[in-house]
Amino acid sequence: MKLDSKVPSGPLESKWEKHLNEINLLAPNNKRKHHVLVVGTGLAGASAAASLAELGYNVTSFCIQDSARRAHSIAAQGGINAAKNYPNDGDTIRRLFNDTIKGGDYRSREANVYRLAQVSNEIIDQAVAQGVPFAREYSGLLDNRSFGGAQVSRTFYARGQTGQQLLLGAYQAMMRMIHAGKIDYQPRKEMLDLVVVDGKARGIITRDLVSGKIERWSGDAVVLCTGGYGNVFYLSTNAKNSNVTAAWRCHKRGAAFANPCYVQIHPTCIPVSGDYQSKLTLMSESLRNDGRVWVPKKKGDERNPNDIPEEERYYYLEERYPSFGNLVPRDVASRNAKMVTDDGMGIGPTGRAVYLDFRDAIDRDGKEAIKAKYGNLFDMYENITGDNPYEQPMRIFPAVHYTMGGLWVDYNLMSNIPGLFVAGEANFSDHGANRLGASALMQGLADGYFVIPYTIGDYIAGNDLAAVSTDDEAFGEAADASAKQLDKLLNVKGDRSVIDFHRELGKIMWDKVGIARNREGLEQAIEEIRSLREEFWKNVRVPGEAGYYNKYLEFAHRVADYFELAELMALDALQRNESCGCHLRDEYQTEDGEAVRNDEEFSFVAAWEYKGLNGKLEAELHKEDLEFEFVELKQRSYK
Amino acid sequence: MGGSNMTIHLKIWRQEGPEAEGRFETYTLDQVNEHMSFLEMLDVLNEQLVTEGKLPVEFDYDCREGICGSCNMVINGKAHGPKRLTAVCQLHMRNYSDGDTIVIEPARAAAFPVIRDLVVDRSAFDRIIEAGGYVSVKTGSAPEANTLPVDQFNANKAFDYATCIGCGACVAACPNSSASLFTGAKIAHLNKLPQGQPERKNRVLAMVEQMEKEGFGDCSNFAECEAVCPVGISISAIAEMRRDYMKAMFDDN
Repeated sequence: MKLDSKVPSGPLESKWEKHLNEINLLAPNNKRKHHVLVVGTGLAGASAAASLAELGYNVTSFCIQDSARRAHSIAAQGGINAAKNYPNDGDTIRRLFNDTIKGGDYRSREANVYRLAQVSNEIIDQAVAQGVPFAREYSGLLDNRSFGGAQVSRTFYARGQTGQQLLLGAYQAMMRMIHAGKIDYQPRKEMLDLVVVDGKARGIITRDLVSGKIERWSGDAVVLCTGGYGNVFYLSTNAKNSNVTAAWRCHKRGAAFANPCYVQIHPTCIPVSGDYQSKLTLMSESLRNDGRVWVPKKKGDERNPNDIPEEERYYYLEERYPSFGNLVPRDVASRNAKMVTDDGMGIGPTGRAVYLDFRDAIDRDGKEAIKAKYGNLFDMYENITGDNPYEQPMRIFPAVHYTMGGLWVDYNLMSNIPGLFVAGEANFSDHGANRLGASALMQGLADGYFVIPYTIGDYIAGNDLAAVSTDDEAFGEAADASAKQLDKLLNVKGDRSVIDFHRELGKIMWDKVGIARNREGLEQAIEEIRSLREEFWKNVRVPGEAGYYNKYLEFAHRVADYFELAELMALDALQRNESCGCHLRDEYQTEDGEAVRNDEEFSFVAAWEYKGLNGKLEAELHKEDLEFEFVELKQRSYK
Repeated sequence: MGGSNMTIHLKIWRQEGPEAEGRFETYTLDQVNEHMSFLEMLDVLNEQLVTEGKLPVEFDYDCREGICGSCNMVINGKAHGPKRLTAVCQLHMRNYSDGDTIVIEPARAAAFPVIRDLVVDRSAFDRIIEAGGYVSVKTGSAPEANTLPVDQFNANKAFDYATCIGCGACVAACPNSSASLFTGAKIAHLNKLPQGQPERKNRVLAMVEQMEKEGFGDCSNFAECEAVCPVGISISAIAEMRRDYMKAMFDDN
């Protein structure tokens, strides 16, 4: 396997423009002759489908939800970064780039990250023109706020529903192109396989989630925008239908999977309340702008938090990181929450929670001001927990939130399978080992609106893509394999439910491949995953049949894929003998618990090639060396 | 952990497909924790059904945070259940008492055919948006964002309408099965912004026409939609839509 990043030469600032000047263009009359399959309708998928259709391509758009508007991007709360410098606080594209590459702990590709910062401003223009109702000042101009890990105010937001509003903007753009007859819209369809013909991605296999029918689709290119794989942990902030299947099946067809161990654990989520818990709810980290994180200094202190005097509170982030305080990046905040609770200072019935306290902010700014900023988040918290955060501190704890790893892509966002493009959270690009707050929305839309539309044109113009029929042998083989796997799952007829297996897998992952990892735990995890996977295939019980709406069957094949991915994540975490970003190995830290990176040996993207599954996962590691020409690698410090 | 346990009786609508005859089936759950969400309670029921070799109850859900709008069911006659401004995924069992019987039905409307059990087909909503619920701006052609100030009052108003999650509770609650709140919310959102002005007239005509074509009824001002809307969309959206529709009808420019 050859990994060529295809990063253009020349100064960082002009790489993208140089690339645009050099890539192939396709005339409008030729665009009409080509067909692109876009899988997923989140920010990346909806914006790519709309933009490609506007350019003249024929697009088929698939989503697993009943409407494109429900893709999980909708749940993003906090905001979207851009280097507009409206507040005049000294922000520049270069600074946004610096922060993002530093935030990713120098494990991402310079050129990709710089491009992301460059197109960030256009995203805001585009969204505003679509009617996305961002927050505004009294002047009528756009408002900005500072957001996790940034010392400038560059985050645009729409109350606590920025993802919803941006997604609806992209969804509406897509609906417009459906109306124009340029997008064939296919909701409630799940991608089960990628079809590769003569080494190029030429189609996909889907299952119609209503009729159960296995269907074949051919095209000139496939754009995978199917999100992240956080649900491998069972409990996460991801929507219940978010899954890795589309990406994993591409991996099994030859696409390299990069950095699977990079998982972001979000510091501010509502803690687990019981075994029945089906998902975790994020409280936007914008709350850390005004909330103060603390635990009682005394272990097992069961007093009402409001009765605990100031000197008996341990504001651990403020004390350990005086310059960033409560605004340290997510990985640092999560790790510290784990450390204080491991030390026995955790609160609540499980001891797996810390306080996020608004008392001082309410005293300072008044209840109304806090309500105006966070009203909907406070309501949500009260709704879920039954506690009123205006009167007592929130209880929070880290939860799996975002996966930086994903399918390997080059500068054009194309995987190592020609014609398979991957955008948004589904690719590994841009965030390195840790994603900064308000950067996911930026990346999804950058990929879909401003990168893919150009790079797909380059690919199509530069390749001879003779029409491929869905009667081609490769389609038949892939469709049969998909149908067979579903039959196999239905015919195990064992004793344990899919959910039960998934929950147990999630526990292994959280305990041993979670916030902190070590060699012994990872080796154990691999053994446990293997034996649970074996049991799954012998003892899972999937109800019903394949020929109709059957949610449990959908879950079953997704969980089957998680069982394979889980092993790869552990393998990846095991080979990475360093701590970087969200990946903390207990063996590689300083005495006071700070991560120790190893740039000498691990400044590379770990791209895994699937080699088969035979009791154990066979995977070959390929390394794309990361070269830093324009930034100096520093140990991150938020002290 | 912790929290008290209850016994809950359920009467749930089961239907194999759009053409199949539906019926209520009854179930009892003994260990319902007050901190469970309503959908987690149904998960527990489904686990029990799967263990017994029966088919689980199908229902739509995704984010379980009240924002995606997937979940949609009618609980004791009320879309999204008893709690105001709360989607069913955000409803918690602490709102019920030990021994309660809960009746669960799909959102019923001619324009929302049942797919299976509590799952209905809401694709009509997509087609209403497709008819005109957007600003026709191509990627790349947008002006610099701050060249178009929007006064804060209207920006906030636009936001209030834009928060619609497209769940369809408004349709389920309406005696006429009207989609006026849904359609009006999108029209009002774009009307409040300068970006929405150029296509204002065509938008309202096309969207209202599509709404009728889909088989939704008209609005008779019952305001049931507003009462069940999980995000609190005001029926002033419908007034906006009607006013604009009338103006568009008589405006021959």
